[in-house]
Amino acid sequence: MANMNIIGALNSALDSMLERDENVIIFGEDIGYFGGVFRVTDGLQEKHGSRRVFDSPLAEGGLAAIAFGMGLNGLRPVVEIQFSDYIFPAYDQIVNEIAKLRHRSGGEFWTPVTIRTPAGGGIRGGHHHSQSPEAQFTHTPGLKVVYCSTPYNAKGLLTSAIECNDPVIFFEPKRCYRGPFYGDPHDVPTWAGHPDAEVPEEHYSIPLGEARLVQEGEACTVIAWGAMVHVCEQGIRGSGVACDLIDLQTLVPWDRDAVVDSVSKTGRCVIVHEAPKTSGFGAEMAASVQERCFYSLEAPIERVTGWDTPFPHSTEWDYMPGPSRIAEAIQRTQEA
Amino acid sequence: MTEREPDATSEPYTVPTAPSRPGDQPEFDAWPWTPADLERPDPATCESEDTREHARGLVRVLGDDDLASGAWDPGLDADTLRRGLELMVLLRIFDDRMMKMQRTGKLSFYMCSLGEEAVAIAQVMALQEQDWIFPTYRQPGAQFVRGRDLVSMINHCIGNIEDNIKGRQMPVHYSYREGRFISVSSPVGTQFPQAVGVAMASAYRGLDEVTITWIGDGASAEGDYHYALTFASVYKPPVILNVVNNQWAISTHMNLATGGPNFASRGLPYGIPSIRVDGNDFLALYSVTKWARERAGAGAGPTHIEVLTYRAAGHSSSDDPTRYRPADEYSAWPGGDPIERLKAHLIAVGEWSAEQQEELESRIDDDVMAAYKEAVTHGDLASGPYPPASTIFTEVYEEMPWHLQEQREELGK
Repeated sequence: MANMNIIGALNSALDSMLERDENVIIFGEDIGYFGGVFRVTDGLQEKHGSRRVFDSPLAEGGLAAIAFGMGLNGLRPVVEIQFSDYIFPAYDQIVNEIAKLRHRSGGEFWTPVTIRTPAGGGIRGGHHHSQSPEAQFTHTPGLKVVYCSTPYNAKGLLTSAIECNDPVIFFEPKRCYRGPFYGDPHDVPTWAGHPDAEVPEEHYSIPLGEARLVQEGEACTVIAWGAMVHVCEQGIRGSGVACDLIDLQTLVPWDRDAVVDSVSKTGRCVIVHEAPKTSGFGAEMAASVQERCFYSLEAPIERVTGWDTPFPHSTEWDYMPGPSRIAEAIQRTQEA
Repeated sequence: MTEREPDATSEPYTVPTAPSRPGDQPEFDAWPWTPADLERPDPATCESEDTREHARGLVRVLGDDDLASGAWDPGLDADTLRRGLELMVLLRIFDDRMMKMQRTGKLSFYMCSLGEEAVAIAQVMALQEQDWIFPTYRQPGAQFVRGRDLVSMINHCIGNIEDNIKGRQMPVHYSYREGRFISVSSPVGTQFPQAVGVAMASAYRGLDEVTITWIGDGASAEGDYHYALTFASVYKPPVILNVVNNQWAISTHMNLATGGPNFASRGLPYGIPSIRVDGNDFLALYSVTKWARERAGAGAGPTHIEVLTYRAAGHSSSDDPTRYRPADEYSAWPGGDPIERLKAHLIAVGEWSAEQQEELESRIDDDVMAAYKEAVTHGDLASGPYPPASTIFTEVYEEMPWHLQEQREELGK
């Protein structure tokens, strides 16, 4: 075990997969010599050689296409899209091509591509370094969608994503790379001493499709992913209500059983995400929860999300769900 | 009737139109190029600068006298040429039969290769069997070179219970793994950079494999085309990048796909050796592709080829080209018919006859008809049997996740 932040844990996962599987190959913008703008691939080119870890031209659509071809021909490419806001030039290659190859070819061809990409706000990145576009991929059959939140699950989930024979979009909460973020920009702790920052140095994996119960409580179920998991911890503390907090970890396929079990117990449900509200993944979950838990629900399902606006620069703390909005939503479920 | 608005303008900006439209006399310049024009550079050491003339000129082998000559003459034996002729005739008769099926409601859709039969057939014959083929819908003939069974192809076009891709894609979107023919996709440019990735994987794995791919003149305006050239020029994998300039992207003329002089020369500033070849000259196509294969096999990297041809039929069964170009335009095309040209060559060198041609066509016609009859025993478009409805849900993922299992149960089939 070692104390790692998310950057170190992701680096460790990539390092271990490069060692274990000769077919793993990593490329993206600035990820080779420089080690990535967030340092996730630091030292990997030096250790594994530029044949396996290399820089790419600045062309996300090309990156995805190259990965498609490599995956089809026996490799396990892991691509970094520098910010998830820049994934859209690759959208056609991901949505029409990578996601559909296995199905459209009757299973004759498939491509086990992993696309890693930092997402979410909280770094004063404005609308093009802050978005959380997971719902643009959860709506695409053929993709698996993962969103890590801690060093421990970052490594375990990334390992599973690379080992998976289906294409995976892997979101990394950039606000939490170096520390859990509890919603206060003036108090930013590091991962030092955090139990989820104790990460095995050897290979391990966390199955895709399984949620993580972060804390238990009887009165309300709070569901989140990415940086919002930590903000929810703070929100729950502020609410004074005993809550189950579920970190979804995988959005497709999501762990509906874990959610249904919890809401059946608590009768109340708050879904939190950074992405805009309309057609966000929270809407899908809310619909499923009412289908499955209608007779257990004691209060309307609450959603606390980013607004249906572009992501702002100076006013990002009024855009992102913060602990007080979450606490208020939890309390509203108790009043019903 | 109002007078038709002119569809070209130079004010306030240029909107190109086709040189001739319905009712016009087709206009083609006579070809200034001959088989003697261009040298054949050493494939292993050739650099893009060495192909400047090749990109602006036209590699030809078959002259107007139907004889082969020049530095690019591949010196093929008569058996190979006869095989090429046979496969091209097969494609034409197959297309003709399938289009008739479409017109009588027995296929939902179809796309012909009329006039472009040499493109994939000559090129794939010049490759080795381990090489990857990454086609568009206009290169189905490559499968004949790799030995695909006609019945299996027709099963796919019908989308019946024996369709190897389970009725999931429109007709002509073949997938044939056994022949290393990669699944065709409708978005017209995506395969171009993907092929670069396939080739990089071959290089990474140390395999003697080359990847060949094609894109149309129209789709060469897509970003995917430029991604492919950028990545190919940077990483130099063993890939052969063909722009099939058949002059028409549905109704728009090639002059709407580039304002530049031609397609081949667009590869030069990328530092990729680039050649324009007569796409209706079987021998020239074979020779240029063989040259590109030698380059790739020698570790010299990519080659960019403009295959100059003419789309003689509509874009698809849903298209009526007489609405946007002269009905007889193809007959004025100086490149002629690739089948007629190879046939005339074989006859000119005493290796073929009109009688043999007639016999060949009659035999192939019978083979195609027999294959069609066998295919419909596995299901026809009107009444099936189709692939089971449950196949909607399979192979979306390697293993079916819970939500698809539930939806499959909801479908109840």
